[in-house]
Amino acid sequence: MSNKSNQRQLRAKNPKKTLVRLFSYFKYNKMMFFSGIFFIMFSSVAQIGVNAMLSPIIDTLVGDHNRGLFIKYLIYMGILVIAVTISEYIGNLLMARLAQKTVHKIRQDMFSHMEKLPISFFDTHSHGELMSTFTNDVDILNQALEQSVSQITLSVVTIVGSFVMMLLLSPILTIIVVGMLMIMLLFVKYVGQRSARNFRNQQAALADMNGYIEEMMSGQKVVKVFNYEDRAIDEFSTKNEFLRKSSTEASTFGVMLMPIMGNLSHILYALISIFGSFLVMKDRLSVGNIASYLQYTRSFSRPINQVSNQLNTLFAALAGAERIFNILDEEVEIDEGDIRLVEDKNDKKSYWKVPMKNGEFEMVPLKGYIAFKDVDFGYVEGKQILNDINLYAKPSQKIAFVGSTGAGKTTITNLINRFYEINEGNILYDGIDIKRINKFDLRSTMSIVLQDVHLFEGTIADNIRYGRLDATDEEVKEAAKLANAHYFIKHLPDGYDTWITADGQNLSQGERQLLSIARAAVANPTILILDEATSSVDTRTEKLISEGMDKLMEGRTTFVIAHRLSTVRDSNAIMVLEHGEIIERGDHDDLMKQKGRYYALNTGAIELD
Amino acid sequence: MKKVIHLMEKYKIYAILSPILMILEVVTDIVIPYLMSRIVDIGIANRDIDYIVKVGLLMVLSAVFGMVFGVLSAYCGARAGYGFAAELRNETFKRVQNFSFANLDNFTVSSLITRLTNDCNTIGQVTMMSLRMAIRAPFLLLFALIMAFKINSSLAKVFLIAIPTTVIIMFIGLKKARPLFLKLQTRIDRVNAIIQENLTGIRVVKSFNRQKHEEGRFEERNDALRDLALEAISIALLVSPILNLIIYSTIISILWFGGQQVVIGSLGGGELISFISYIMQVMMAIMLLSMFFMQFLRGSASMQRILEILNTESEIKEKSNPIKELKDGSISFDNVSFIYLKSNEKTLKNINFKVNSGEILGIIGSTGSSKSTLVQLIPRLYDATDGSVTVGGADVRDYDIKSLRDQVAFVLQKNTLFSGTIRENMKWGNENATDEEIIAALKHAQAWEFVSQYEDGLEHRVEQGGDNFSGGQKQRLTIARALLKSPKVIILDDSTSAVDMATDAQIQRAFKENLGDVTTIIIAQRIASIQHANRVIVLHEGEIEAIGNHEELMKSSPVYREIYESQQKGVIGE
Repeated sequence: MSNKSNQRQLRAKNPKKTLVRLFSYFKYNKMMFFSGIFFIMFSSVAQIGVNAMLSPIIDTLVGDHNRGLFIKYLIYMGILVIAVTISEYIGNLLMARLAQKTVHKIRQDMFSHMEKLPISFFDTHSHGELMSTFTNDVDILNQALEQSVSQITLSVVTIVGSFVMMLLLSPILTIIVVGMLMIMLLFVKYVGQRSARNFRNQQAALADMNGYIEEMMSGQKVVKVFNYEDRAIDEFSTKNEFLRKSSTEASTFGVMLMPIMGNLSHILYALISIFGSFLVMKDRLSVGNIASYLQYTRSFSRPINQVSNQLNTLFAALAGAERIFNILDEEVEIDEGDIRLVEDKNDKKSYWKVPMKNGEFEMVPLKGYIAFKDVDFGYVEGKQILNDINLYAKPSQKIAFVGSTGAGKTTITNLINRFYEINEGNILYDGIDIKRINKFDLRSTMSIVLQDVHLFEGTIADNIRYGRLDATDEEVKEAAKLANAHYFIKHLPDGYDTWITADGQNLSQGERQLLSIARAAVANPTILILDEATSSVDTRTEKLISEGMDKLMEGRTTFVIAHRLSTVRDSNAIMVLEHGEIIERGDHDDLMKQKGRYYALNTGAIELD
Repeated sequence: MKKVIHLMEKYKIYAILSPILMILEVVTDIVIPYLMSRIVDIGIANRDIDYIVKVGLLMVLSAVFGMVFGVLSAYCGARAGYGFAAELRNETFKRVQNFSFANLDNFTVSSLITRLTNDCNTIGQVTMMSLRMAIRAPFLLLFALIMAFKINSSLAKVFLIAIPTTVIIMFIGLKKARPLFLKLQTRIDRVNAIIQENLTGIRVVKSFNRQKHEEGRFEERNDALRDLALEAISIALLVSPILNLIIYSTIISILWFGGQQVVIGSLGGGELISFISYIMQVMMAIMLLSMFFMQFLRGSASMQRILEILNTESEIKEKSNPIKELKDGSISFDNVSFIYLKSNEKTLKNINFKVNSGEILGIIGSTGSSKSTLVQLIPRLYDATDGSVTVGGADVRDYDIKSLRDQVAFVLQKNTLFSGTIRENMKWGNENATDEEIIAALKHAQAWEFVSQYEDGLEHRVEQGGDNFSGGQKQRLTIARALLKSPKVIILDDSTSAVDMATDAQIQRAFKENLGDVTTIIIAQRIASIQHANRVIVLHEGEIEAIGNHEELMKSSPVYREIYESQQKGVIGE
């Protein structure tokens, strides 16, 4: 885990392209963006105006004591201050709204896109990484849009504006300012680079540390059982010391810029005072001029500091945006199937509506006949998992897959509903190649019950209804009864309305399995794919589960990854898989006679006594 | 706080230096505007070039000092803050390593993780900020106020209105925004929860064609998040312009009142300018203070959570002069009862049995019959509430805990592997194990069969939690790891549930042949796994229902017979 985090790209590879694409997200809110920028620019110009008023005000006081003029300037200043306040708020608010809207849209796009990605995407990308893009990267993008854009605009306008004003007030003094500015920029560049590098080191050390903590805390009981505590403490201390060093350094460099820039501007202040006073004495500058000139030098260092800070955020955000766009650019699941499932109004039966060359449609009744013809498959190119699979299942038949881990049992079942695309051969459904069937309709005729039950946050009824969203309460209850789940649900505090937390942690393993059977039952599928559980549930629950499964299988074409002898025994056909090939096939009696692998598996269990 | 202050020991010097340097920096910050006013009011007024240069150079000098102090203070603050955080993290981690199982039950894994990561990091940052900001702000405020009053005390009365107004507005802003931001966090969590759910359950979503349904659920939460974020931000964004408004209103009123004094001649123009500088500094200081206050609240909440760990004492204590060696692998339970910390009910009731060294003991019973609890008393993962547990001829409480656990190997039901190589994982059992020993253990656990097929063999990578292995493979690896301890007693807590029957049988056979003198305790769901045991305990709701070998139990125990019959349907494959 730590290695993966280290490898996370911290700089965008192609910042320009990413930036352009990011701007395309503003297209619905173009007005908002430009008026936001406008108000921010206006407020910074007004702010410069406020400072500019200081000079004539002081001059009227020190010089000719013109009371009327003094009051007039003071009123101007007051108006400008109010203008700054209002336009700053409106500008920032517009940018914040824009940021929220953009991020909201990006989040929604990412989620919708994620839902369309093929299963293979989720196999090859770690969940932690994806989560981090969804949370951290989106968050920093939000921050950049909300603050960086307006801060940088503000700072640049302030710097440029102050500079122009200074130039107008005294070109000679401005030479000193330019000299100092160079020095400041050198500092910003040096410290900024060091700080960015140290910050990256710190992030890497932190990720490494967090990974270690997560792992050790999750396995803490194992640590105790193996007396591993001292070794864990040693390793922890090493990582901790490394983290301490890198964060100390990162933070030192991060904080250092503030006193440096602040005091450099003080030095500038002193230099301006000295040379300014010379000019005053030679009557080339008024006292009021020098006062406001000094005010400008004060307001100079902060924006420079800020730009360098915000640029860091901006770069981090661009790197994040690039990762976001990488996800959005992932190829979605292909679905070129044009054969739809339709219900005949007269006989209430479902038919595949197959288009023919002459423009007419052929109606093929939905029955549940599945055939594999010379199917080859591999998750990655060049590494074949399944070789030359041939099999067929007639409607309502039960086909069992038996074999050791990694033999390819689960893989076969994942091909039927097109979680993965096969490399060679054909899979036929009621005689139609499944590639030609619309994926939505294909999957709507199938249900899967997996070993590893996944439930969703919501009520028990919601979770059962996941199988068919328009199922009535009555139908939900019926399904639960069929799955033997009704009994335990009734005994829950709120019955069918009991709230399940994320992934059903408050239910036992067995209860979750019963729920997933009910969920499949309510969908009333033509084809059923079952993965019988091996996890340890007590005998009574196990009995309930197997009865539920047996009832569910009745009258449906069923593919089952079998662990129970009883399931296997009454299957119409048993496929024994080894290294991606069907090595034995037939019903129980055939296979027992063959005295092959199936026979060995069977007798192995009884061999003990 | 007392409990953790000693952790600063190593970095004491930095913790002391940082605020001192900070105060010195503040002094230069304050001196500079004062010097500035001298230049304008004395130097320029008297056209005294020497004076101007002298004071100007003094300013440059103070600025250079200020810079040095500032940088040094930043360095010391960072060293002290992150040093303290590192010590604290170490201390907390060590404390968790000392936890007993009962202690661990009281903390969820995720809460331990956040405490060690987020909370410790927060404390580091807050410590650093406290050393710098918390010192800087009040001193800046104080010095600037003193200077302002020194320049013109009647004018400085403006602060009497400006400061309370600022504080009140800040306070109101905080009070309004805080609950919104707290609520915002839960909305963010809700959005993340759906993403997490869809990442793990994507197969279910797709197989039921529920993509649109999920998008709808997501949109609902995403919208709610956006709406609240906008509301919170509209308030938070108000703070800065309002503060700006207050600062400039103060400046205008200073110009108004001060202007008249300048006209009379009781106030210099330069003095007026530096007065304005002090106003800025005072307002900045107040802003810094309010920021620090927010951070401090965050830090103290984190500290509270860390202290919860540091204040937890393990109730499993060693005796002085503990025994270090188990005589043999014999075990006996004498009238043992057990109650979990937070419950009133007895989980185990009057357990009595004996196992001779080298025997195989099977334990069977439905979930909730406390099989795991019973065996966890043997390596003293928990202490019996009543009665005594004897291993190798002595009470478990008389042993050195390390030695006891080294000689009693335990394969947990909820087991895990750690990221690294297979060899590294095996070395958990014995740090000095040779490859031959590791391979032998893997062979006995029937794991060598698949490990040897990897091109990189023992060097094969293990992902966190061992997620790149199937359930059965993982269980076999954890058994091998336990065997490497060469224990006198080995406990398998439902450790072959995901292993297929044939392999399970091979493991049992290998155990019988190679571990003749090791006492073996097997908890299992399948009768087949314990059929060959010398003795089987049938546990029912924390009590021994029956005890005996397979044949005896088939006759005497109805519970055992029922389990046997229900399993006759059998299990096949993996």
